Amino acid sequence: MRRARRHALPGFGLTLGLSLSYLALVVLIPLAALVLKAATIGPAEFWNAVTAPRARAAYRVTFGCAALAGLVNLVLGPLLAWVLVRYRFPGRKLIDALVDLPFALPTAVAGITLTALYASQGWLGRWIEAAGYRIAYTPAGITVALIFVSLPFLVRSVQPVLEQLESDIEEAAATLGAGRLTTLRRVILPTLWPAILTGFALAFARAVGEYGSVIFIAGNLPLVSEIAPLLIVAKLDAYDYAGATAIAVVLLLASFAALLAINLLQLWTVRRRSAEGT
Amino acid sequence: MARKASTALRDPAWLRALLLAVALGFVALSLVLPLVAVFAYAVEKGFDVYLASITDEDARAAIRLTLLVTAIAVPANTVFGVAAAWLITRFSFRGKNLLVSLIDLPFAVSPVIAGLIYVLLFGAQGWLGPWLAAHDVKIIFAVPGIVLATTFVTFPFVARELIPLMQAQGSEQEQAALTLGAGGWSMFWRVVLPKIGWGLAYGVILCNARAIGEFGAVSVVSGHIRGVTNTMPLHVEILYNEYQRTAAFAVASLLALMALATLMLKQLAGWRMRRTQPESGAA
Repeated sequence: MRRARRHALPGFGLTLGLSLSYLALVVLIPLAALVLKAATIGPAEFWNAVTAPRARAAYRVTFGCAALAGLVNLVLGPLLAWVLVRYRFPGRKLIDALVDLPFALPTAVAGITLTALYASQGWLGRWIEAAGYRIAYTPAGITVALIFVSLPFLVRSVQPVLEQLESDIEEAAATLGAGRLTTLRRVILPTLWPAILTGFALAFARAVGEYGSVIFIAGNLPLVSEIAPLLIVAKLDAYDYAGATAIAVVLLLASFAALLAINLLQLWTVRRRSAEGT
Repeated sequence: MARKASTALRDPAWLRALLLAVALGFVALSLVLPLVAVFAYAVEKGFDVYLASITDEDARAAIRLTLLVTAIAVPANTVFGVAAAWLITRFSFRGKNLLVSLIDLPFAVSPVIAGLIYVLLFGAQGWLGPWLAAHDVKIIFAVPGIVLATTFVTFPFVARELIPLMQAQGSEQEQAALTLGAGGWSMFWRVVLPKIGWGLAYGVILCNARAIGEFGAVSVVSGHIRGVTNTMPLHVEILYNEYQRTAAFAVASLLALMALATLMLKQLAGWRMRRTQPESGAA
């Protein structure tokens, strides 16, 4: 009865046709062009393009800086989420809204602003250079930009879990004589891990492909501070479509691997939860 | 000596102070400072220079193009998002999970690759390049390419906002409207749309911000022709690379204002959504 009523809702044919044709036109056919292009490159040429010294250096910079930025946010993101959920202080709502700024601010604006701040004459750069360090136009600058763009992922993935955390487990731990730090470490942190890792993987997938906020501050020196997305653009500018496609395939596989890891992690969490429930 | 549960749940004062200091310091350094810097650099040479920079002819052309591209990409993705969410949350069919994954796909693709795929398809050396050239249609290094690349990167926003919302809401009200004799379209306008309104607004706001601000994908397909294929973010890049820093930040400040408006509207929509759908949070 219920099933028959469900099917009485109108619009199945219309929305199915519209959704599938729009998806095919905008996303699937263009992505198929990339796969087809990759298939026409001979295996030897593909391997050479993918493993050239300049390409390998670009992966090192891209994956290294993305992982480093992710690790910084792995600590600071959940910490910020904790403060926003558990503490009450003036301006809390404002800061909560501001966490999404990296999602809303165009990447080129973030890029030129961070560069101006960290360059040798900048508000921060002059102090950093006086101390004998350089951030702008080095891989450290790339990491700074990636910390900015990937921050919201680690706050927003942990925040809802913290909000729904039952306080009775914490109370039990406290009643049993656990100190606050022990409770944090042994009770709260383990429940947060899946959310933290999910946020990390989302942040990593985003940072690996990031372009606009990075290229201004990166210095873009091949072999030193050139990110993989910029190498794709460089190859396109040189009309090396096969080379650009090969690097793009590597980059896409890395993003997909990160997202696949999230799905496996969520599956594992659900299983663990249901095993604990029985 | 047993402490009350409520005090046991509070972090010790020193820990609170430490965490709060680290968190606020991090927010000040990584979020507030850049935001302040955009506006400070924009007006560093006075208000006249600022005004001249944003009313310059190339700047106005860039603003017009960005508005045009957004006005095409956002409504197209909105119509798709509503249709896809209706399809996914109201019917069961084979391959539904695959469809949901495919809708999210553009988020996993680097903006540069989003540009690249359209170059491979429509560029001079692309699969359809010769045919397009023979029929005198320009897509790459022209406005259609910019629209397509923007549509790709903003593709999932509305759908992925609506799917969980409509799933949680269920379809009782739609069933009731049909039972009372409403037609399909009248049910959509009078029941479905008011029901999903704030969730839809939330998705559209995010989609809009990304469409206005998209840089990487648009940069690859644009060709950077001044006054013709320069969007606002690309115009910011050109000015910055030409050492016209103040002008670059002046145009950037308009984009930063858009970002601030986005954050405010998003907050409002999120608040209204929770208020009008108190049960959806629990589901």
